[in-house]
Amino acid sequence: MNREDIIKPENFVYGKDPLVNNTPMHYCPGCSHGVVHKLIAEVITSLGVEEKTIGICPVGCAVFAYRYLDIDWLEAAHGRAPALASATSRLWPDRLVFTYQGDGDLACIGTAETIHALNRGERMTIIFINNAIYGMTGGQMAPTTLLGMKTSTCPFGRDVKLHGYPLNITDIAASLQGTAFVARESVETPASILKARRAIRHAFENTMNGIGSNLVEIVSTCSAGWKKTPVEANKWMEENMMHYYKKGVLKDISEKKN
Amino acid sequence: MGKMIGAIVVDTEACKGCSLCVAACPQKILNIVPSRVNRKGYPYANMDEDKWDKCTGCASCAIVCPDSCISVYRKKL
Repeated sequence: MNREDIIKPENFVYGKDPLVNNTPMHYCPGCSHGVVHKLIAEVITSLGVEEKTIGICPVGCAVFAYRYLDIDWLEAAHGRAPALASATSRLWPDRLVFTYQGDGDLACIGTAETIHALNRGERMTIIFINNAIYGMTGGQMAPTTLLGMKTSTCPFGRDVKLHGYPLNITDIAASLQGTAFVARESVETPASILKARRAIRHAFENTMNGIGSNLVEIVSTCSAGWKKTPVEANKWMEENMMHYYKKGVLKDISEKKN
Repeated sequence: MGKMIGAIVVDTEACKGCSLCVAACPQKILNIVPSRVNRKGYPYANMDEDKWDKCTGCASCAIVCPDSCISVYRKKL
């Protein structure tokens, strides 16, 4: 047997999702955004809601997310994606509405919108990409930056007296009454990527069934901002970020009912 | 359960050479040759020519690929 015998359509196992188009992504090599885009596309395809999905783009590295997935998108002002998603899901009650936001967008400028939209229990999913840094603008300190972590605006490391503590917005979301499903996952190994896909799928199913607000945080890397290679960045994330941002399902109201 | 044999096809023009697939491959048969680059100047992922029969088609490389540029095929031996 040679390779040509294996590479046939009937033996196809895994590849590019039909919703991911051929536009080259502007993300740096090894960026977690690409993996999460792919997971969202796979979940939407498997649920069969391609024509019923509306995504809300943030401001940040993922500002061009609408270029890469062939679904309907809206572009929100900085941090205001949950507000736009609230309006969208109220106007179109049969649509799957989700926002895709980074930590600068969601946890800094959009904290008020995020917390109030989740607390109202708006019918939507928030995908929160937490890489503990402002990636697009050049690696400045974000609210989620870890203590002691060096960025371009805290070159001696984040100091509690000067900058305060890292903001753990997913834990806050889990304590709100309006949220239905809150989980924190990561995308560094095949096993963790499959777990993240399950979490996104559960959140999207809740949204389609009209059950509360859903938040899925993806602890991710920023190899350019952290000044590391993609493989080193994954390792650094496992060693440092996982202690503060612990993975797992923080809240799931469907579990309580069973 | 018979032994599985797999094969991958890398879209070399879409690959950015991040080497996450090289780290994820359980058989350690993927590599990146810095001297071989695509039109954008990125070195791209490639399977070692003499080790292609070790691939089991587990799709780990394709799952971690941020640019969805790996297609995986698998067949029973």
